[in-house]
Amino acid sequence: MSETLTLNKIVGQKGISTAEAANRVSDLGWTPSYVQEAMTFPTDYKISKVPRDPMKQVLRSYFPMQEEKDNRVYGALDAALRGDMFRNVEPRWVEWMKLFLAIIPFPEISAARSMAMVGRLAPGEELRTGFTMQMVDEFRHSTIQMNLKKWYMENYIDPAGFDITEAAFGKCYATTIGRQFAEGFLTGDAITAANIYLTVVAETAFTNTLFVAMPSEAARNGDYALPTVFLSVQSDESRHIGNGHSMLMAMIHDPSNHQLLERDLKYAFWQNHAIVDAAIGTFIEYGTTNRDKNKESYAELWHRWIYEDYYRTYMLPLEKYGIKIHHDDVAEAWDRIVKKNYVHKTAQFFSVGWSFNFWRIEAQTEKDFEWFEHKYPGWYAEFGDFWKWYAKLSVPGEKNIAFNADVGYVYPHRCWSCMVPCLIREDFCCDEVDGKVYTYCSEGCRWTHKVAFAAEYEGRATPAMGRFSGRREWEECYHGWDHADAMVDLGFVRSDGKTLVPQPHLRFEQKDMWTLDHVRGNTLGSPLRAFRALKPGAERDAAVAEYRKGYTINPCN
Amino acid sequence: MSASPQTVQKSGAAGSAVFAGSDSRKYNYFEPKARKASHYEDMTVDVQPDPERYLLQDWIISFPDGTPTYSKTWTKALSSNWHQFRAVDQEWERTHYQRQSTICGMVQGVIENARKSGAPKRFDSAWVKVLQDHLGAYKHAEFGLGTSLMQAQRYGYTQMINNATLTNSSYKLRFAQDLTLYLSEIGLDLQGFDHNAGKKHWLENPIWQGTRKSIEAIMGATDYLEQYLATNLVFEPLVGELFRSGFIMQMAASQGDFATPSVVAAAEADYERNLANTVELIHMLTHDKEHGAHNVKLFNGWIAHHGALAKEAAANLQPIWSQPRVKVSSFAEAQERAHNRIQTICSQVGLQAS
Repeated sequence: MSETLTLNKIVGQKGISTAEAANRVSDLGWTPSYVQEAMTFPTDYKISKVPRDPMKQVLRSYFPMQEEKDNRVYGALDAALRGDMFRNVEPRWVEWMKLFLAIIPFPEISAARSMAMVGRLAPGEELRTGFTMQMVDEFRHSTIQMNLKKWYMENYIDPAGFDITEAAFGKCYATTIGRQFAEGFLTGDAITAANIYLTVVAETAFTNTLFVAMPSEAARNGDYALPTVFLSVQSDESRHIGNGHSMLMAMIHDPSNHQLLERDLKYAFWQNHAIVDAAIGTFIEYGTTNRDKNKESYAELWHRWIYEDYYRTYMLPLEKYGIKIHHDDVAEAWDRIVKKNYVHKTAQFFSVGWSFNFWRIEAQTEKDFEWFEHKYPGWYAEFGDFWKWYAKLSVPGEKNIAFNADVGYVYPHRCWSCMVPCLIREDFCCDEVDGKVYTYCSEGCRWTHKVAFAAEYEGRATPAMGRFSGRREWEECYHGWDHADAMVDLGFVRSDGKTLVPQPHLRFEQKDMWTLDHVRGNTLGSPLRAFRALKPGAERDAAVAEYRKGYTINPCN
Repeated sequence: MSASPQTVQKSGAAGSAVFAGSDSRKYNYFEPKARKASHYEDMTVDVQPDPERYLLQDWIISFPDGTPTYSKTWTKALSSNWHQFRAVDQEWERTHYQRQSTICGMVQGVIENARKSGAPKRFDSAWVKVLQDHLGAYKHAEFGLGTSLMQAQRYGYTQMINNATLTNSSYKLRFAQDLTLYLSEIGLDLQGFDHNAGKKHWLENPIWQGTRKSIEAIMGATDYLEQYLATNLVFEPLVGELFRSGFIMQMAASQGDFATPSVVAAAEADYERNLANTVELIHMLTHDKEHGAHNVKLFNGWIAHHGALAKEAAANLQPIWSQPRVKVSSFAEAQERAHNRIQTICSQVGLQAS
C-alpha cells in the first residue's frame, strides 16, 4: 500500500467546506414580517452591526465532538475508582468541593438561559449557531457537575453535605455569594448580563482560575476527577469567549455604547474579582495539603491569568476603540490580593463561620504556616495565632470560635453588593440608596450598587439595568435566633438529628463530632441592623472609623 | 509556630469510618417521582432554586420593574406545584449528546452512502425540485421552532421544564441544520440545484406563507408555555408531521429517493420524545386540582389560536402533494391522519382539538 494512500482518500467524496456549511446554516434565519418577536429582555445598548461567528462550527460536528469529550470524562471517572482514588485523596480538599459544587451548577445553567437573551438581540443569524452551542454546552456543564458531585457523595468517606447539596445552595451564606455571580448572568440589561458580565469578563478572564488553576490543585491532592471534568468544561469556554468577543466587537464601533461598556466592564471585573477570588482563592490556598514552594500561589496564578492574559492582552487593546479601561480597579484588585490579604481573610471568615457551613474545615498546620509565610511574607504574624486558636477550639465542648471573645476576631459586616463580608476593614464604607443605609466591602462595590445598578448612569437613562433585591444580608434572616435552631432550620444536621454536618476538623470518629448541644446558647445578630440603628452623623461615623481600625487576634498559648 | 496535632485519617474512601451521616449517599432534598430517584432527577431537580423551597434569601437581582430572576408570572398557566414535572425522556447532558451524536452519524452515513451509490442523480427530476423548493423552505420552519424554544428555555419556573425545553430546541436546531447540509451535499451531485430556492419559497411562495405566519406567531408569543404547547401540541401534528411523514416520507421512495426519508425520520423520533415531555407537563397542569379548570380554558384558547393558523398553513401546502410525478398518497389522507393525531393528543391531556 502506498504511503500516501489513506482510507479517507479511498472512500472520501467531495463535500462542502466547513466555511460553506457555516454560511448555509447562518442563512436559516429571516426577519419576521407577520408577527414581530417581542424584545422581552431589553438592553440599553445599540447593536447595529452584525456579529460574526469566529468558530464556524455546525452542530453535526459539534455533537460527536462533545460525545467524545464526554466519553473521556466518564472513562476517567471509572478509572479513578478502579485505581482506588479515594483511598489517597485528601479529605481537606474534597470537603471544599461540597461548597464549590453546590454553587457551580447554577451559574452554569444560568449561562444556558442567558443565551436566550443575547440570541434574539444579535442582528443576523451567524452568531445564533454559536449561542446555540453555548446553550447546550452550559446544559452539559451543569449536569456533568451534578454528576461529579453525586460521584463524590457515593465514594468519599463523609457524604454529609453532598447529600443536601441543592438545599444547602439555597440556604447557606456562602452559596449566596455564588448566586450573586450567577443571577448577574441572566437578570437586568441583556447585554450587561449575558455578554459583558458573563462572556467578556467571567468566561474570558475568571474561568481560567476557576477551571484551569483549581483543577491543578485538585490533582495535587489526589483528586483526578475534578481536573477531568473541569478541563473538559474549560475546553468549551474558548467557543464562549469567541461569542462574547464577537458580540463586543459588534457594539464597540458605536460610540454611543462606550459609556455603558465602560460601566459594565468595570462592574463585571470588580464583581468577578470580589466573588471569584474570594472563593477560588480560598479553595486553592486553603483546601490543599500540597505545600510545594515551587508551585504558584493564587496571587501568582492571578497575575498570570487575570493580569497578563486578560488585562494586558484582552482589555488593553480595547483602548484603541476609544474605551476607557478601569486600570485603577485592576491595580486595586491586585493590591487586595497581595497586600491586603483578601484571600486569607476570606478563608479566615469561612473558618470563623465553620459551624454555619455544610462542609468541614480543618485547621492549617505548621507545614501550611511555612508555605504561607514563604509565599506571603508577613502572613504568620497576622494569621498564625488565628489558626492556632482554630485548632485549639476544634474540640467539641470548647467555646465556638464565632462567639469566643478570647480569640479577638470581630464578626464582619456583609457587603450589600458582592455579598462577601467586609473583610478588608480599612476599605469598609457605607452609603444611602433610596433612603436606606447599606454597607460595602470596598469603593468598587459601593459604586456598583449606588451608581451602576440604577435607572440612570452619568445623566443617561438606563431603563433596562437590573436592581439589587432580596434579603441580601444573610445574618438578617436569622437575627435573634439561637445558633442551634438556625442550624436545624438550615438543614445542616446529620441523619441522627443532632450531629452537625460541618465540623472544624477532619476527625471521623463520632466522639469528635460537634452536635447541636455544642452550639446551643449563642444568639445570631444582623450587623447591618445594628449599624442602621446608630444615629446618622457622629455616631455612625465613629462606628465606621472603629471598624476600619480592624482587630487583633490574641496570642494563643 | 505550633498547632494542636490532628488525627490523620488514613483513607478518604467510603466506608473507611462509621459515624453519623457516613452512609447518607443519596441526594435527599427532593421527592423522587418513583420509589428511587432516577439519574436524570439527581442531575436536574432543584438546580434552579425557588424561594418556596430552599431559597432563603429570595432572588437577589431583579429586573428594573421588580420582576425577580425567575417569575411565575411569565406564563398565564398556574400550578399548585411546578416542581412536580419530570421530563419523560429523562435527558441530561450525557444522554443528550449520545443521542444527538448518534443521529448526526446516522444522517452523515445516509448521505455518504446515497451519494456514493449515485442516488441523487436517479431521483426523479420533479422530486428534486420538490426537495429544492419545499424541503428547502421547510427547514426554516424547523429553525424558527428551534430559536423560539431557545427563547422559551429562559422562562420556565423549574429546571425540569427549562431543560426539557432546551433539549427540544437543540433537536429542532440540529434538524434544521441536518436538512440544510443534506440539501447542500446532494446538490453537489445535481446539476442546476439552487441552494437559495428554499429560502425564497419560504419568504415569498404563497404555499409557505401560512406556515411562516404560524411559525412567526409561535416565535412572537411572549408566554413560554404557549410557545412550547403551540410547537408540540399544535404545529407539529398539524403541519410538521403532515409535511415530514405525510408527504416526504411517503412519497420519496416512489421518486427513487431512499435517502431523504432516513434524514427526516430522525425528526420524527425527536418529536416523539418532545411530545411525550409536553404531554406530561400539560397533563400535569390540566389535572391540577386547584388550577386545572383555569389551565384547560387557557390552553384551549392557545390551541384554537395556533390551531387556526396551523390549519390554514396545512391547507396552503396542499398543492405540494400534486407536484411529485408518482403520486402514492393524497393530501386528504395525510390531513386526516394529522387531525386524528391532534385529537388523540388533546384527548390525552384533557383539551379540545380545535
